[in-house]
Amino acid sequence: MQAIIDQVHAAIAAQTPLQIRAGGSKDWYGNAPTGQLLDLSAHSGIVEYEPVELVLTAKAGTPLAEIEAVLAANGQMLSFEPPHYGAHATLGGTLACGFAGPRRAFAGSARDALLGVQLLDGRGDVLNFGGKVIKNVAGYDVSRLMAGAMGTLGVILQASFKVLPRPAQEVTLQFELDQDNAILRMNQLAGLPLPISAAAWVGGVMMLRLEGSGPGIHAAQVKLGGEVNPHGAAFWLAAREQTAALFGGDMPLWRLSVPATTPPIDLPGKQAVTWGGAQRWLKSDVPAGHIRSAAAEAGGHATLFRAADKSAGVFQPLPKAMLALHQRLKQQFDPHGILNRGRLYAEF
Amino acid sequence: MISASLIRDLQTLLPASAVLSVREDVAPYASDGLSAFQCQPGVVVLPDTETQVIAILRLCHAAGVPVIARGAGTGLSGGALPREDAVLLGLAKFNKILHLDPLARTMRVQPGVRNLAISEAAAPHGLYYAPDPSSQIACSIGGNVAENSGGVHCLKYGLTVNNVMRVRAVTIDGEVLELGGEALDSPGYDLLALMHGSEGMLAVITEVTVKLLAKPERAQVVLAAFDRIETAGAAVSAIIAGGILPAGLEMMDKPAIEAAEAFVHAGYPLDAAAILLVEVDGTNEEVSDDVLRVHDILAVSGATEFRTASNEAERLKFWAGRKNAFPAVGRLSPDYYCMDGTIPRRALPTVLHGIALLSAQYGLRVANVFHAGDGNLHPLILYDANTPGELEKTEAFGAKILELCVAHGGTITGEHGVGVEKIDQMCVQFRPLELQAFHAVKAAFDPQGLLNPGKAVPTLHRCAELGAMHVHGGQLPHPELPRF
Ligand SMILES: Cc1cc2nc3c(=O)[nH]c(=O)nc-3n(C[C@H](O)[C@H](O)[C@H](O)COP(=O)(O)OP(=O)(O)OC[C@H]3O[C@@H](n4cnc5c(N)ncnc54)[C@H](O)[C@@H]3O)c2cc1C
Repeated sequence: MQAIIDQVHAAIAAQTPLQIRAGGSKDWYGNAPTGQLLDLSAHSGIVEYEPVELVLTAKAGTPLAEIEAVLAANGQMLSFEPPHYGAHATLGGTLACGFAGPRRAFAGSARDALLGVQLLDGRGDVLNFGGKVIKNVAGYDVSRLMAGAMGTLGVILQASFKVLPRPAQEVTLQFELDQDNAILRMNQLAGLPLPISAAAWVGGVMMLRLEGSGPGIHAAQVKLGGEVNPHGAAFWLAAREQTAALFGGDMPLWRLSVPATTPPIDLPGKQAVTWGGAQRWLKSDVPAGHIRSAAAEAGGHATLFRAADKSAGVFQPLPKAMLALHQRLKQQFDPHGILNRGRLYAEF
Repeated sequence: MISASLIRDLQTLLPASAVLSVREDVAPYASDGLSAFQCQPGVVVLPDTETQVIAILRLCHAAGVPVIARGAGTGLSGGALPREDAVLLGLAKFNKILHLDPLARTMRVQPGVRNLAISEAAAPHGLYYAPDPSSQIACSIGGNVAENSGGVHCLKYGLTVNNVMRVRAVTIDGEVLELGGEALDSPGYDLLALMHGSEGMLAVITEVTVKLLAKPERAQVVLAAFDRIETAGAAVSAIIAGGILPAGLEMMDKPAIEAAEAFVHAGYPLDAAAILLVEVDGTNEEVSDDVLRVHDILAVSGATEFRTASNEAERLKFWAGRKNAFPAVGRLSPDYYCMDGTIPRRALPTVLHGIALLSAQYGLRVANVFHAGDGNLHPLILYDANTPGELEKTEAFGAKILELCVAHGGTITGEHGVGVEKIDQMCVQFRPLELQAFHAVKAAFDPQGLLNPGKAVPTLHRCAELGAMHVHGGQLPHPELPRF
């Protein structure tokens, strides 16, 4: 860890920008990384885990796969079901990107699970925020501010987060439905007391994942009907890791985060619906401006998730007052502007 | 200390009835739920539109006058404690539900809407708002966001921060911010999370969109009795280790049981050293399954007795004892002081033992109410404010309890906030570097420090002063030093 701190001090002295990286599985995400490499991959390992506390603490470079294996051995899991996007995905990178998987709409995101972080800020100081307990309101919630900040406010050195018991069983049901009706149905069902843990639509089929105790799942199956998909687990994995057919090809991949009840987005291109309607994937070469205004009109925003050409900017531009506030926060945590400069927004 | 000219300016922005400045009018606002701290506000304003809020903030910003937001005033850490030189901005008139969308399961409300009113309005659609502080009949959603309030169902359903989708807020210079949205995330930094637990120091909340959940088909509560606190603590761990995520998992010790039983006749066993309330919810089948598993675990965990509520009325009665624990304890003693530390669950027996020793040392009784599932302790210290010196003794005792929590890897506040009450213990939990970072966050929103000044984050100077003297029982040897 000292080497990481030393490198940040050296970078401050030389005014050299740094790109924070661990596994490198998300190099393609966000605006292009620039600057000298600050490698966190060796800063790895689970620091503290007592299953009965439902809390795990690990260093940022710990592979997600290692964390998930240890949790699974204890009948537990990460609530937010993060995508890995590669074999070397780490905890730090996942939190910095704020990624969450199919369970997002039903069990919260990375920031919901996050309880505390150890942070190396742009002054080279090591700071501790939050804690290893489930409830903590002492001081501002700086920990959650780091989720999705793309490493622009500090280097996450270590994080503590809440974990959940793994449900005893899961079943995936499928229903033939058009996109309109699937979105309506997903929202209606989410308002009923059913053990649904994921809902998606792709290619004329709505998929529902049920999780819980055997009798609970069975009763829900009786109520819902539909057809059991024998490859349910593989479907959710492919959707999460974007290895499904829809995600292939050279066309830009857009992620639209919108209110769950938003009708199908009227734009050309292949679409898939996840998070019970709240996340729309769009493979399309329609100009960025069109896509961004469609998302904004629906009450959401659009991210250029994967593309060769990111000159349109990856993230939805911020209103003026919000941008200014972001810049002031950046200035406070990273006064020299050396950490992941421009990775989130070109302005900082 | 508020100038007559500022009051005149406020009167041009608001109807006469919405600007209170004479002593009898402002007196009801002198404290929040922590009545040990009192101060007459310089002036109280009660706007009912966002435009008025913006105008008030701009006026105060230009005049360099501090502003303190107040919701329902149920806070337990003095977060809404007024100052003579500040404007107290009451948001009680913002009490309208603006939009309920049953299909999207969201509700857009004004900040003064009461927590319980949200669930009541959602109920006809089979929906509810999950965080349920015991003060839910009175506390406001704006206050809930500002304190990141919890309740008895946090372990499974999360705190306020996990159940709010959007906040609209006005900064001290009158700028309106939209944080979060009706989508599940928003671009840029997670300022929505940052607003939670910020104790009215970053911006004034003028609208909140909450997430609603489907009411579980069935909820069932099991009441278990133990002859030792340690055994009850171990049973809590056994339930979690058994893979059950209870909707509620609460513990009460003997004094709390006795007080609650005398007050609401909940049917609690009076000979027990501790009781647990274990609630499971979900579909009918899931609940049946979970109740059996809870029974199996309790049977081998040394419970002297356990019973499942036989009907909804009995379930509510079991909960009534817990939810009324504070007023129940209030009947035992002229005053009580509610603490709010959180610890890792495994430290429970040690910390409770430590509290018992401190109780003997200070000669003050304690009743313990505990969100056991979350590791959140609420020791209620019984005292009499009319006995000279007893409040000071109580505060010193409380400070020791919080330090005990920090020493065991916990925190000084799980859900009630720091306010003025725990500001000194912030120096115990955080180093100057982190406190500086908190001041930096504040400065990004409010560079002049006009919103709720002196709360939640101590100055480094204050901590340094304390550091040299803290050894002396957590009591300030120089009460004449400015408290903030
Ligand atoms: C009997 C009793 C039981 C309680 N039980 C619980 C419990 O189970 N769990 C729990 O978490 N808490 C509990 N509390 C504490 C309290 O009810 C909560 O902290 C509540 O959220 C405070 O809400 P309020 O509207 O009363 O806020 P207030 O007390 O008026 O204010 C609290 C803080 O919020 C700020 N604030 C209020 N409104 C706004 C706004 N619109 N914009 C910006 N800032 C604002 C104030 O400046 C202040 O810092 C209990 C209190 C009592 C008296």
